[in-house]
Amino acid sequence: MTEVAKKVDTVKLTIDGIEVEAAKGELVIRVAERIGIAIPRFCDHPLLDPAGACRQCLVDIEGQRKPSAACTQTVADGMVVRTQLTSEVAKKAQEGILEFLLINHPLDCPMCDKGGECPLQNQALSNGREESRFHEHKREYTKPVPISSQVLLDRERCVLCQRCTRFSDEIAGDKFIDLMERGADEQIGVFSGRLDVDPAEVVGETGLEGAIDANLLDAPFNSYFSGNTVQICPVGALTGAQYRFRARPFDLVSSPSTCEHCAAGCSMRTDHRRGKVMRRLAGDDPQVNEEWNCDKGRWAFQYATAFDRITEPMVRDPKSGELRKASWPEALNAAAEGLLKARTEGGVGVLTGGRLTVEDAYAYAKFARVVLGTNDIDFRSRPLSQEETDFLTSVAGKFQVTYSDIEAAPDVVLVGLEAEEECPILFLRLRKAANKRGTRVTSIAPFVTRGLEKVAGTLVPTVPGAEATALAESAEVRAALSKPGALLFVGERLAETPGGLSAAARLAAETGARLAWVPRRAGDRGAVEAGCLPTLLPGGRSLVEPAARGEIGAAWGLEVGDLSERPGRDTLQILDAARTGALKGLVVAGVDPHDLPDPAAAEEALEKVGFLVSLELRLSAVSRRADVVLPVAPAVEKSGSYLDWEGRVRPFDAVLRSAAMTDARVLDALARQLGYQLGTADTLAVLKQIGELGETRAPRAAAPTVDAERVAEPGTGEAVLSTWHQLIDLGALQDGDEYLAGTARPPVARISKATAAALGVADGEPLNVSTERGRVTLPAAVVDVMAPGVVWLPTNSPGSTVRRTLGVSSGATVRISAGGTS
Amino acid sequence: MTTPSKEALAKIAPVLTKRWLSPDAWKLSVYERLDGYTGLKKALKAHPDDLIQLIKDSGLRGRGGAGFPTGMKWGFIPQNDGKPHYLVVNADEGEPGTCQDLPLMMADPHSLIEGVIIASYAIRANFAAIYIRGEAIHAARRLRQAVDDARARGYLGRNILGSGFDLDVVVHSGAGAYICGEETALLDSLEGYRGQPRLRPPFPATHGLYNSPTVVNNVETIATVPYIVLGGSAWFRTMGTEKSPGTKIFSVSGRVVQPGQYECGLGVTLRQLIELCGGMKPGHNLRFWTPGGSSTPLLTDEHLDAPLDFEGMMGVGTMLGTAAVQIFSDQDCPVYATYRWIEFYHHESCGKCTPCREGNYWMKGILRRILSGQGTHADLDTLLDACDNLLGRSFCALGDGATSPVTSSIKYFKQDYLDYIEGRKAPMFSPGELVGAH
Ligand SMILES: Cc1cc2nc3c(=O)[nH]c(=O)nc-3n(C[C@H](O)[C@H](O)[C@H](O)COP(=O)(O)O)c2cc1C
Ligand code: SF4
Ligand code: FES
Repeated sequence: MTEVAKKVDTVKLTIDGIEVEAAKGELVIRVAERIGIAIPRFCDHPLLDPAGACRQCLVDIEGQRKPSAACTQTVADGMVVRTQLTSEVAKKAQEGILEFLLINHPLDCPMCDKGGECPLQNQALSNGREESRFHEHKREYTKPVPISSQVLLDRERCVLCQRCTRFSDEIAGDKFIDLMERGADEQIGVFSGRLDVDPAEVVGETGLEGAIDANLLDAPFNSYFSGNTVQICPVGALTGAQYRFRARPFDLVSSPSTCEHCAAGCSMRTDHRRGKVMRRLAGDDPQVNEEWNCDKGRWAFQYATAFDRITEPMVRDPKSGELRKASWPEALNAAAEGLLKARTEGGVGVLTGGRLTVEDAYAYAKFARVVLGTNDIDFRSRPLSQEETDFLTSVAGKFQVTYSDIEAAPDVVLVGLEAEEECPILFLRLRKAANKRGTRVTSIAPFVTRGLEKVAGTLVPTVPGAEATALAESAEVRAALSKPGALLFVGERLAETPGGLSAAARLAAETGARLAWVPRRAGDRGAVEAGCLPTLLPGGRSLVEPAARGEIGAAWGLEVGDLSERPGRDTLQILDAARTGALKGLVVAGVDPHDLPDPAAAEEALEKVGFLVSLELRLSAVSRRADVVLPVAPAVEKSGSYLDWEGRVRPFDAVLRSAAMTDARVLDALARQLGYQLGTADTLAVLKQIGELGETRAPRAAAPTVDAERVAEPGTGEAVLSTWHQLIDLGALQDGDEYLAGTARPPVARISKATAAALGVADGEPLNVSTERGRVTLPAAVVDVMAPGVVWLPTNSPGSTVRRTLGVSSGATVRISAGGTS
Repeated sequence: MTTPSKEALAKIAPVLTKRWLSPDAWKLSVYERLDGYTGLKKALKAHPDDLIQLIKDSGLRGRGGAGFPTGMKWGFIPQNDGKPHYLVVNADEGEPGTCQDLPLMMADPHSLIEGVIIASYAIRANFAAIYIRGEAIHAARRLRQAVDDARARGYLGRNILGSGFDLDVVVHSGAGAYICGEETALLDSLEGYRGQPRLRPPFPATHGLYNSPTVVNNVETIATVPYIVLGGSAWFRTMGTEKSPGTKIFSVSGRVVQPGQYECGLGVTLRQLIELCGGMKPGHNLRFWTPGGSSTPLLTDEHLDAPLDFEGMMGVGTMLGTAAVQIFSDQDCPVYATYRWIEFYHHESCGKCTPCREGNYWMKGILRRILSGQGTHADLDTLLDACDNLLGRSFCALGDGATSPVTSSIKYFKQDYLDYIEGRKAPMFSPGELVGAH
């Protein structure tokens, strides 16, 4: 990208006698920071708009009658600033404010979660009075107030800095919390329709669940980003139920880490104590997640210590037919024998799932080609198409868009992507761009979502299946993408529409807009780059290109011809072949059959396949059916890296030491058992191998050119299904995190006003959605703006497991009717 | 009841109040008969810029408390900026002791509306809002009626009196918060948000109501405008003083024979005002008084002859404020009065900033303890220091105002505090439950 050097107006000022240059409009507090002068603060946050509420940052500015708040005061040429370091006035003012803040602050630091990492405690220790002059009663409140199932509020600790409310309003767009009351009674609160009862009292009597059950919170703080307020609260007023009273900060070991959930690639900090992760926080990465993360990233991590975690290998006992524990040598031997036999008798397919690190994915890609001699490998465990395979083959190795490009873009078009649900940090950046830079967001989707509302976006109402046509024909979309710097974001769900990805690629090429493919899982992009596709070798090398095969063959020490130029089978074809016996064996990493478009067919394949090796963390639908189960390490116990949707490398080290091995290491051992050297036993070695591959010189594949298809026209009592995952749902990686689950958006079936009227269903009344396979019944939510004849369901939420129950996905025609029965 | 001196009578200058005693002056027909809307007719023939200049020349200063030059405020509105402009009239009248805006709106609502139309025309606003305090239901009702009548008569609406100028006026009732009299909190409240002061800059002149250029003026300020248009700036300057021209309605309350609204030229003295009020109540001797509400430091009988104008009051360490003159006698306790005022600030602090929210909570506690006979000498230092840490440190002027009664009462009446502390005066309250330092 060409950076046009911008002329920045600068001014000169002095702070504590030090002359410093600053950009016009910069805040005094930031400039001081830059030269190493820390002005105390509570309400100030560099990513929030200035508030000037706490008054802790008062400084003395020459010519000003009274002290000024450094966090709201912008610099001026010739300004002379004196901070607490050189001005008695500033020092006294700050001490006065601190004293005010402390008069009503409880002295419960020894039992407060924030104790030990509390800005107020630190300030009090370094600048507070030794003895209090306050002899009155401190303000008291019943505590805590659950403002959601996850976030608890201890009002007496709150310093009313409004960081939490400002974050929720400015950044997340979820104004669920606000200031209530005034004066010394001012407090943070959520809207509670029952003004006669104090939720805190109900908690006292019946516990948290009681208050939530009693529906005391009509509008709880169910923001996907609520955890950030816990993190930026400068005192212990907001705590997460999951961590409350569990640890003291000074007993924790903090490690930088990367979130394993989605393709946003957030930096994280993981805090553990005595071998157990106690909490996770958003890490600072201005390029990626700034200082935020989503609640799933923060609070969903207990899956790794679930009761069904596999710690030892297992083999199927030939006599009993049951899985039993085995030693590594026995298990590896059994796996090797079985795979060898399967390979010779018909072949082995490899399904890797979307949760692997780049290093692990690379090991699978290499294992498939070198050891199993096959291109039957695919990372996708969701609806997919040949067109998508070709599309991914064409985008592999190309990284065109970054987070910061969003802020520079005049227009962004989303298709097949509900960013808030599927890539929440991407959503936050879109919102920032929309709010601060006026970036216009257009979404090709069936209805206006909350997420689209929050970026003040425009909807191009589109029935699922008609996205290709919308891309090809919408003048609005074309105009938006024709602007220099415009971006086209394509979600993985666009694969569900025939011609969709082709149309997106074509439109991007025609308009000059840059295209970004946004998958849903942390390992998806890495898997593409590592070659976990039937058409791709590592580094975006298309199989069909002899030069590409040559490069990889040489690197892997293969003979010419060892690498087949014939594209392999994709996930669905692999499962089909396994079911019919064309494939004799399967190697499966973290795949949940319920994620697949037809879970029943997938399960049948897993049952029927001759030999099944499962590399798994927990006992799953796959490992239960496997012949050999090889345990692997969860992200927290291994090192590696993910590629986020930008293609940016997100490396991380092991947080916890454990005996668990990476997939790559297990595959290395398995390969050795079969007489091959993968060289993937340790992460660094894999990285080195990948690095040595370098850039390919082989020609890249072209984008697919599949035509759009006619969209299904639903008859009476029918609708076209639209579905995507909600951020917080039944995903296996959220298992065990009940407090988090309580903040999920309630599952509803969305229909248009016209559909609701035709069915005689009112908002909130049950709606049936059914296929021959089964029926989902959810409360109807009537949407104002919606493409006609569509019904939307959450893909995998309580009461709505679309693929498992209905066996279909977006674009399918389903039956809809009123009522719970019939 | 004593008769006022000649000097005192000479200060009386009924301009804004001239119709108050006429029966039914609030009715449009009566208003019209008594010169009503003649200023408007004259104004609509003038160029808006000339009107702004006229107000500048008149030296009119805001009557809402700060005395900011009104013409200058109007002149800050950027013209030809393509944005809508707004006039907002501050009728929140929350300052303790202040009672001139409500009587004005009850007795002569059309004078305010006429002022609103002229001011809107001058600043090129096509929408004006009158933000009236929530409790004043009677005045809001009267104003709404007046607005309807004015609209029916063509003074409001499209093409007013054939001038091509359009204006609509909305009377908006607040919900009873002192802070909503602060102009930026008022704007937030008017927009439907929680009323809390906004960060400045940007100022309302460029980013006011709905982020557009806005003038916020007090009721009395705006109601004065038609008279200046009719009488001219030179006439206006014949009243009051050089730097504080014109008249002001003084709302006198407390221990005088006839409390009420007295409109005088600025610069009148308390001595004269008391005379106009028929003297102190029998048996009462002046002890302390506020020149302009509780947010202006107290004065004593030493200040009977200080001129009640913006400069004169600065000269004796206080402010003219809203000219709400509250008069206390030797039968009133300055410590108790201060406690009641601080109860008010404690209750009305919006809570946004630390010093105001916590400082008032603390001061209220200390004052109550002193009045309960449990104060210490250290408490007086703590009170003064709390004021020092509050004054000029708070987000808006509400916090500054709260320190006025405390510092000035300790300055003039320290002995009264000591009498409670040292047990010479009987406690006002039974000792509350005290807790140790924590
Ligand atoms: C806490 C506080 C309360 C105020 N209340 C009022 C009020 O009730 N009426 C009013 O006219 N001005 C009030 N003001 C002053 C306004 O902020 C503003 O200065 C005034 O309305 C401007 O009008 P003027 O220029 O005509 O005086 C208040 C200011 C503060 C800080
Ligand atoms: S809860 Fe925490 S973040 Fe929110 S206002 Fe209180 S102190 Fe600030
Ligand atoms: S940090 Fe500046 S006012 Fe809070």
